[in-house]
Amino acid sequence: MPRLLSFAILLATWWIASLLTGEAKLPSPPTVLAAMIVEAKSGALFLNLGATLARVALAFTLAMTLGVVIGYLMGRVRLADRLGDPWLILLLNLPALVVIVLAYIWAGLTEVAAIAAIAINKLPNAVVTLREGTRALDAALDEMATAFALPRWRAFRHVVLPQLAPYIAAAARSGLSLVWKIVLVAELLGRPNGVGFEIGTAFQLFDIPLLLAYSLSFAAVVLVIETLLVQPFEQRLSRWRPRAA
Amino acid sequence: MRLEVDITGKIFRNAAGEQHDVIAGVAFALDAGEVGVFVGPSGCGKSTMIRILAGLDHDFRGRVLRPAGARIGIVFQEPRLLPWRSVEENVRLVAPLADDKKLSALFEILELSAHRNHFPGELSLGLARRVALARAFAVEPDFLILDEPLASLDDALAARLREQIATLVDGRSVMTLLVTHDVEDAVRLGDRLFLLSPRPARLLAELAIPTPRRLRRDAEIAAIKSDVMRRINGDLTGRDG
Ligand SMILES: Nc1ncnc2c1ncn2[C@@H]1O[C@H](COP(=O)(O)OP(=O)(O)OP(=O)(O)O)[C@@H](O)[C@H]1O
Ligand SMILES: [Mg+2]
Repeated sequence: MPRLLSFAILLATWWIASLLTGEAKLPSPPTVLAAMIVEAKSGALFLNLGATLARVALAFTLAMTLGVVIGYLMGRVRLADRLGDPWLILLLNLPALVVIVLAYIWAGLTEVAAIAAIAINKLPNAVVTLREGTRALDAALDEMATAFALPRWRAFRHVVLPQLAPYIAAAARSGLSLVWKIVLVAELLGRPNGVGFEIGTAFQLFDIPLLLAYSLSFAAVVLVIETLLVQPFEQRLSRWRPRAA
Repeated sequence: MRLEVDITGKIFRNAAGEQHDVIAGVAFALDAGEVGVFVGPSGCGKSTMIRILAGLDHDFRGRVLRPAGARIGIVFQEPRLLPWRSVEENVRLVAPLADDKKLSALFEILELSAHRNHFPGELSLGLARRVALARAFAVEPDFLILDEPLASLDDALAARLREQIATLVDGRSVMTLLVTHDVEDAVRLGDRLFLLSPRPARLLAELAIPTPRRLRRDAEIAAIKSDVMRRINGDLTGRDG
């Protein structure tokens, strides 16, 4: 209910603002909805959303997988930490734009370049979070697993992974929001489709209803994925924790 | 199956970089079917020694010969349960092959049957300790290590668990090491008592109790107890003087 209310307030604010500033600068909700319907009918909306989502999924999976593995290694193995740390600091502070442009220059205006650039932008965050999580692992439980001679995989699955789960969830959550932001830039700069490309086109034509139609559709998709996928997943992970009063 | 221990030194370096000796010299041997008991003042290095004997700490001087391939069942001083697994899952994790009947019987004896599906966060410390005991028994160990397993249990339950430990130890030929502050526990359960000095731990005396556990009479137990007390306190006065 409160969600619906906050949505209604947003809509009302938008409508009033559009009445005050005029349709040309800020189109009213019905105008944007009309633009959305046109795009939906032609199929372009779903095609572009689909292309963007596919890039997000690929880049996110790639970055999370690598991030968990590298972060865990850096947390456990001193040498890996020493070797990886300078790279990590470099990547953490490298602007997304630089990575994207360089990727397009070196790998061409290709899908691989786009996905790699997005993944590289997210990777250092995942690594840092997982390294932190690995350093916080309970040595007492490790000893327990060793004393009872738990096989490696069993110990990892039941002793280590549950301790890393909140860190993985945190990395996924912050990483996903980062990917949502970067994917559009990557598309704007070097892809012939996707939400970012359409927004770029709308910007050049100064077609504000189209621009808002894509932005809002994209935001809606993000919201749905966050509430239907990410949040239930996080709740499942913390099932064993005593509920906060 | 036999455990041979000759630890000549163990040093801890604290955060400030200072070194201190924790174990000065402890040598003994233990055969299958025997219960060795460490009795010593708090902080003397008992848990440290247990970690060495369990193969968790290799940074010490001396040598420990453990029977190859011996299955270890251990109760740490703190329960060390996985908070994200239920009581039963915690036990089954280390003993995936344990059959349901035996496990049920074990839970029954430790009065845990009602708690099988609880998470450790929902247990009292005494209950959590019993789960740790169940876990150590469930693996049917060749080498059982118990670091103050009966602390924070009421007298009646402690007595029953002592019985249970005795039954397990006598039933299979298992080597057992027990750490306790309670001389009563030590004398009722132990075959060999190892009296330790304050830190750094030295073996003050080794007392063998030849009478089998089941046949020890109260009078004999009282006599050994007072002997142990005398030796422990004798050391204290010796140190003061
Ligand atoms: N990781 C460590 N780093 C530095 N010092 C340690 C460490 N672990 C234990 N010590 C020190 O070693 C000594 C022995 O500790 P230990 O836990 O073995 O004692 P204990 O005999 O088991 O005591 P208690 O009966 O209270 O459990 C203590 O003085 C403790 O401060
Ligand atoms: Mg101790």
